[in-house]
Amino acid sequence: MPDLAATTLPEAPDAPANPVAGIDQTKGDFTYDVNYEFDAGTGLTENTVRYISTVKKEEPWLLEFRLKALKTFLEKPMPTHWATKDLDNINFDKIRYYLSQGQKPKRTWDEVPDDIKKTFERLGIPEQERKFLAGVEAQFDSEAAYSNIKEIVAKQGVIFVNSTEGLREHPELFRKFFGKVIPTGDNKFSALNSAVFSGGSFIYVPKGVKVAQPLQAYFRINAENFGQFERTLIIADEGAEVTYMEGCTAPKFSTSTLHSAVVELVALKGAKIQYITVQNWANNVFNLVTKRGVAHEEATIKWIDCNIGSRLTMKYPGVVLKGRKARGEVISIALANDGQHQDTGAKMIHAADETTSNIVAKSISVGQGRSTYRGVVHIPKHLKGCKNNTECDALLINTNSRTDTYPAITVRGDANSVQHEASVSKVSEEQIFYMQQRGLTEAQAMSLSVNGFVNDLASQFPMEYSVELKRLIDLEMEGSVG
Amino acid sequence: MSALPDTRSSSDFTQERFAAHLANRSDLPAWWLEAKKTAWNQYLALPLPVRTDERWRFSNLKGIDLAGFVLPGQPAPHTPHLPDFPRVAELTFSNRQITNRTPLPAELREQGVIFAPLDEALREHGDLVRRYFRKHPVALGSEKFVELNTAFCSTGALLYVPRGVEIALPFVVEHTLAGDHMATFPHTLVILEDQAKATLVEFFVSTETETAHFVSGVNDLHAAAGAYLTYVGVQHWSDATQAFQSNSIAAGRDARVFSLNLHLGGRQARHESHSRLLAPGAHSEMLALTVAHGTQEFDQRTLQTHAAPHTSSNLLYKNVLLDQARTIFSGLIVVEPDAQKTDAYQSNRNLMLSAAAEANSLPGLEIEANDVRCTHGATTARIDPDQQFYLEARGITPQHAHELLVFGFFEEILDKLTDDHLHAALTRFIQSKFKS
Repeated sequence: MPDLAATTLPEAPDAPANPVAGIDQTKGDFTYDVNYEFDAGTGLTENTVRYISTVKKEEPWLLEFRLKALKTFLEKPMPTHWATKDLDNINFDKIRYYLSQGQKPKRTWDEVPDDIKKTFERLGIPEQERKFLAGVEAQFDSEAAYSNIKEIVAKQGVIFVNSTEGLREHPELFRKFFGKVIPTGDNKFSALNSAVFSGGSFIYVPKGVKVAQPLQAYFRINAENFGQFERTLIIADEGAEVTYMEGCTAPKFSTSTLHSAVVELVALKGAKIQYITVQNWANNVFNLVTKRGVAHEEATIKWIDCNIGSRLTMKYPGVVLKGRKARGEVISIALANDGQHQDTGAKMIHAADETTSNIVAKSISVGQGRSTYRGVVHIPKHLKGCKNNTECDALLINTNSRTDTYPAITVRGDANSVQHEASVSKVSEEQIFYMQQRGLTEAQAMSLSVNGFVNDLASQFPMEYSVELKRLIDLEMEGSVG
Repeated sequence: MSALPDTRSSSDFTQERFAAHLANRSDLPAWWLEAKKTAWNQYLALPLPVRTDERWRFSNLKGIDLAGFVLPGQPAPHTPHLPDFPRVAELTFSNRQITNRTPLPAELREQGVIFAPLDEALREHGDLVRRYFRKHPVALGSEKFVELNTAFCSTGALLYVPRGVEIALPFVVEHTLAGDHMATFPHTLVILEDQAKATLVEFFVSTETETAHFVSGVNDLHAAAGAYLTYVGVQHWSDATQAFQSNSIAAGRDARVFSLNLHLGGRQARHESHSRLLAPGAHSEMLALTVAHGTQEFDQRTLQTHAAPHTSSNLLYKNVLLDQARTIFSGLIVVEPDAQKTDAYQSNRNLMLSAAAEANSLPGLEIEANDVRCTHGATTARIDPDQQFYLEARGITPQHAHELLVFGFFEEILDKLTDDHLHAALTRFIQSKFKS
């Protein structure tokens, strides 16, 4: 395979049918008929953008911003010179860019229309909210159907609304940071999001406020041929701390669906932001997401990124370490099953002295699944005392599974240190034998072994998510051996 | 060689010059002239490297400029040599002319060993050259310059070692360039038949340190079943040279190929190396040592292709960076489907000795088999202050302690050479360069 630029999905037309195809999607694989009041139609033109901006009653500057972004999107080529050619299978003319029942989310579940509410009830969101969350936003296609924050947290001055409300009610804060971490032209899909974004969260945590329980957003795609483009902006003021979790599901349609979010985090001096994703899209979703945070002096941004679903995920959460002693961390778990390509990774851009970053990525490829790690670590020359540690471990379950690693590390000057290590292995036969000796089936043994492989990372998740992750891995591993 | 006007304004890489080059070679086999024509057309058809090509990521594309380079007419008045070490035979080329040739020992000739300049090999062993010439193409980005090499190559060598013949001492090929804006295109083939064993040392050098040169070199290294091939390349072009080198390594069943490249010269030196492990038991050891100073850019691209089960490869590229130098290491291990039990390793270590140097590392893996052991690592750091302190605490001057640690960094690579004389010669050579 000498042509490095040409990366295509492995083809194995005569491979046996996958015994576990789509097994993890059972939980989210349902859809209810919903009457949408607002529908931007199919395809993307200037009129689509104007429609979205009009129904959201946006100010002129934002419409201008969107139209400029559309132009950038149309001008930028697909990044297929380095990324998978599968991107060419996205038909932007067949996607519906905006679908909603209204722009104002409800504050209680009772107010949420029944046809939408039953979806979230089935996914267990209201129950989770009662149990352990400080606030929840539930997005249904383009807009949040429900958004609420516990009174005790709201009283501390924490703002947790969707992006439309954020724009309307906190324009000075929103505009100050919006599009600053991820500029429109960062990549083709950030430009697309900037043109048609809708939904997502806007969070502001005031100085010194530490939000004890996580805030959660749940993203649900319900409609076929739909594109979801939420935009999230989280600002942790000096010394503030917040944990944000997002989950997502979609039904498995016969056609592909596009999810292209932009998430910007700003951690001011001494602030801490932890952003947790458990991505479990149906395996016909193109999940092309740009996530980046700026960490100011002594601030910490930690991305915990777990990708189980989707057809193709391309996501490289990044941290720009802007202030002295800032810290960035990416903990990444990816599981690629048949027909899936998890192209994930991390970016660490060091821009101040004594900044440190850590990347730990683990991937598991099952069946004909393909997992890819891409990383960027950049340390410019005028800096001192910067450190990066990167570890990538890949586990291959079946003989035809595939994994790739493409890190890019640039270090200038002699006052910084960087180390990168990656390994690829299979599940140890001795371990499996040992467990089978003690009465476990091969599948159970395999599940245990795989869970052990990610255990040190999974234990960094909040308990509920860690349990969920284990369960998903069990499901994915079912029938993958033998 | 036709007499060419020494003009800066236009280069020799024109249709007319190429036709003249061909016309001078009418005594060579027809297939060869045809291959040159094809290559010339390919060269014209292929674009210069572009920014969007991942294989050129981080490279200085603006620095590539062929304008004004010509093929030299006269050999250089003198030829720099490597420090002396015992050798079995040598060929010296100066400005694309053979200037020295030591005869092959009669005993080896009788065993069927061939060690000849490329043009002679084409005349006398044309079929052999034809069978192995660019048999396994390297496509790591410099294809345009590889085609240019085929179009204009006339220097270089064929080393052929028949089945079962083992030769302990190394063969040496030296290429020298002198004069401003001179270009050369060396191409060497090493073919080891089953169970054969041999070493080839190649030395690339400019007579002056500041004159601009353009070089595109290509090597085809073949080790058949059970063969053991050692290749050492020492590159010390002038600091104003644009150098491209493309090496193709093919290892058959239970074959071992050991390659070590020292990179010292060039304004912008790109080295591409592709190892193919073609049959069970094949092993490729890929080593490189670079000392980058001034504003030099060393651009190293590697590929380890495991195309058969039970194969192994081990890559270790070490760079020492001084001043404003830049290095790029981009490596890839590809384990093809069914190449089970592959054991592959890839490591890039950068030692930063300056606040303004830049090291780029792109260690990649593409694994399509599951029962494998593949690891890679990349580190970039300065001299360990603890080690420096340890030496200084024992009365060693800071300057000497620093030197010891840097040479220690080199030693890990040089130590892998089994030929003690060669090891000593290369150590002396690199140390003298580092000190100056």
